[in-house]
Amino acid sequence: MRHCDTIRLTPAELPAAADSLLSVLGDTPSAHGRMQMAYVCRCAADAVDVIYVLSQGANQPYKVWRVRPDDNALPSLANKLPLLGWYEREMADLYGLRFDGHPEPHPLVLHEGMPRDPAPLAHRFDVQAAALDFTPQPPTVPQVLGPDIQRLPFGPVRADIVESAQFLFFYIGEGILHYHPRLFYKHRAMESRFEGQTLRAGAVLAERVSGIDSVAHALAYAQAVEGAMGWRAPPRARYLRVILAELERLYNHLHYLGHLAKTTTLKVAEAEGHLLEERVKQINARLTGSRFLRGLITPGGLRRDLDISGLDKALDAITADIDSYLLRLENTRSHLDRLMTTGTLPRQVAFDQGATGPIERASDLDRDLRRDHPYANYEKVRFSVPVQQAGDAHARSLVRMEEIHESLAIIRQTIGRTKPGEVLRFEPMEEPDPQGEGLGWVEATRGGLLYAVHLSADRSRLSRVKIKDPSFSNWRVFPFTVEDSNMMDYAINEASFGLSIAGADR
Amino acid sequence: MPVWTWLGWHKGRATTAWPQRPGDDGQDGVLGLPRLDAARCVASDSGCSDCAAACPASAITLRDGGVQLDYARCVGCQLCTEVCPEGAFSVSHDWAFAVRDKADLLNPGRVAAAPQPADDSADATALAAEIKAFGRSLHIRHVDAGSCNGCESELQALLNPFYNLHRLGIFFTPSPRFADLLLVTGPVTAAMREPLLRTYEAMPQPRWVMAAGTCATGGGTNGGGYACHQGLDGILPVDVWLPGCPPNPAALIEALLLLLRQRAQRVHGGVYEHA
Repeated sequence: MRHCDTIRLTPAELPAAADSLLSVLGDTPSAHGRMQMAYVCRCAADAVDVIYVLSQGANQPYKVWRVRPDDNALPSLANKLPLLGWYEREMADLYGLRFDGHPEPHPLVLHEGMPRDPAPLAHRFDVQAAALDFTPQPPTVPQVLGPDIQRLPFGPVRADIVESAQFLFFYIGEGILHYHPRLFYKHRAMESRFEGQTLRAGAVLAERVSGIDSVAHALAYAQAVEGAMGWRAPPRARYLRVILAELERLYNHLHYLGHLAKTTTLKVAEAEGHLLEERVKQINARLTGSRFLRGLITPGGLRRDLDISGLDKALDAITADIDSYLLRLENTRSHLDRLMTTGTLPRQVAFDQGATGPIERASDLDRDLRRDHPYANYEKVRFSVPVQQAGDAHARSLVRMEEIHESLAIIRQTIGRTKPGEVLRFEPMEEPDPQGEGLGWVEATRGGLLYAVHLSADRSRLSRVKIKDPSFSNWRVFPFTVEDSNMMDYAINEASFGLSIAGADR
Repeated sequence: MPVWTWLGWHKGRATTAWPQRPGDDGQDGVLGLPRLDAARCVASDSGCSDCAAACPASAITLRDGGVQLDYARCVGCQLCTEVCPEGAFSVSHDWAFAVRDKADLLNPGRVAAAPQPADDSADATALAAEIKAFGRSLHIRHVDAGSCNGCESELQALLNPFYNLHRLGIFFTPSPRFADLLLVTGPVTAAMREPLLRTYEAMPQPRWVMAAGTCATGGGTNGGGYACHQGLDGILPVDVWLPGCPPNPAALIEALLLLLRQRAQRVHGGVYEHA
């Protein structure tokens, strides 16, 4: 796979490889390396490989382990590398693989009651197939026994305009004993939908995995394809990609702050945050024709050029309002009182469980793909990566506030450097990857987003696309901050994580 | 707290006058679904099928040598406008695509007769009487049946100060028991089918259903397979269909006003008419 050191392992060698990973990289958060994701790739009609992707630290190539399961089974690594727990359960549900010794061998993506034999992806995905028909069953949760314990199932249809998911609380009075988020009500088999599509159509699909992360998904996808094909987008396209990615971060973070203010019952601050978000979306629309900046990024560059001459002025018109908004939030005592010490995520837990993006940076993990593995033209712009130590809701909001300032600065620098030129180029700049495989990565609003792309033999179509969405990572981490906290803080804590469910469920 | 209120008040009105009075609908530059000029299509002579091959949502079909565009499946990706060698598809700003009859979303191409606005005056009178019973306010229960969250982002935007949906007497309600309208986004995933149906059953009658976004109107790029249905067809009776990926806030407002018979339908026989 392009940009990766690939080694082949036997199932028996896997546990030792995981041990050596821990000893080489260290299991301390100071190391930059970490397991990123694991997925199934059908390499022949009757055989699958499981592919593990690891990061090895800043500016180092990614590492790939390829393993062919024995009789559909592999040893589970979830006890050594906890963040793999959900990946293994997903592969077990969708492909019918067995992970021996898994500490939580319960359904994840397929809900209890859904038909599991044959597994939905035991054979190739068929878009014409009927949707699974089943009688819903309760989720697998630990028995929580004792006097006065209440059980509250909330969702999947919840109050407000929100995404569907079910949250189960076991609590006494205000204290939460156990919290179980039941996700994947929105599982749409998005990865499978790429199979057989053209490279160009893949970008359209990528934009529809998590709508509020359209740019990040299209960009990670496009970069993965470009790696596999040996293409390199022209300089102007790479600068414009930076602008699009930062505009996406900007409207998302403003929405986040408005929503966070709603949970601390600051009505005017909620309205102002959402009005600022609206103003950025309107800037997006005037610039690109899409409030979500869709329809531009494609493998090879951009589908059309953009006129960025008015962007500077448009941003100037809202910068003062944004500055004053952030300043007032940080000077509103009732708001800060609710955020400080709420939902604290310790650094070690953030590292072990795979926290990413503003969540890990708020827990003192200094990682950002824009700086550590530069893509597009991020190596040509100067910016700092905000990091906080407290790990609480306030730290998570501070990281995003500082990122708003950085995004504005990045866009301004980039406007100044973007020279006229072509925006789409298909000539190979280097040899195509011999296997037709590529890895693309983006520091999305919500954290590290990876796309692994496998092309068909003639390189004209997609044969497998794997998506590591940052919300999949952060949803796994989130419950660690809920247990032992209290019901009153739950909504604030959830808002402070800024999670997407569509991205996690795919 | 008083600082927020005082400064908020000091900034003045942020809400647009649209749609009750002329004003900014907020959609300057927003692209809509592509326009089809089937007379330009030469598929019957040349056998060209570039548009159908490029469409990732299977919205375009070639029948008897003629091109058809089903807006119920169109995600507005604009690929057809880029590949058609004859310019039969063109980029447009047509986004107010809400219709009462799903058949109106099918542009049958060159066999199209002049679009006939359907006569629904009897139906409209009955519905107007029903809505009057609610004192002209409308309460919405939204259900996400597997969206990408783009539709939710635009639905949430309806409540921001710019659109300020409440001024139109339209409100979102947490309980289906208080809801008049079930507004559904997403292609209806296998897991959300049952919760969606139970939400509908919990609503008092009379009740209406809106399919918002292309996933809900026809599946788009995300429908079908083990995980998803193809939108609301065959799952719930739908009163208003609104394709768009996602429909922007102004399109959502127009669709709600179409339901309330305060706006005319713009699309007939798959052809968009400008006011």
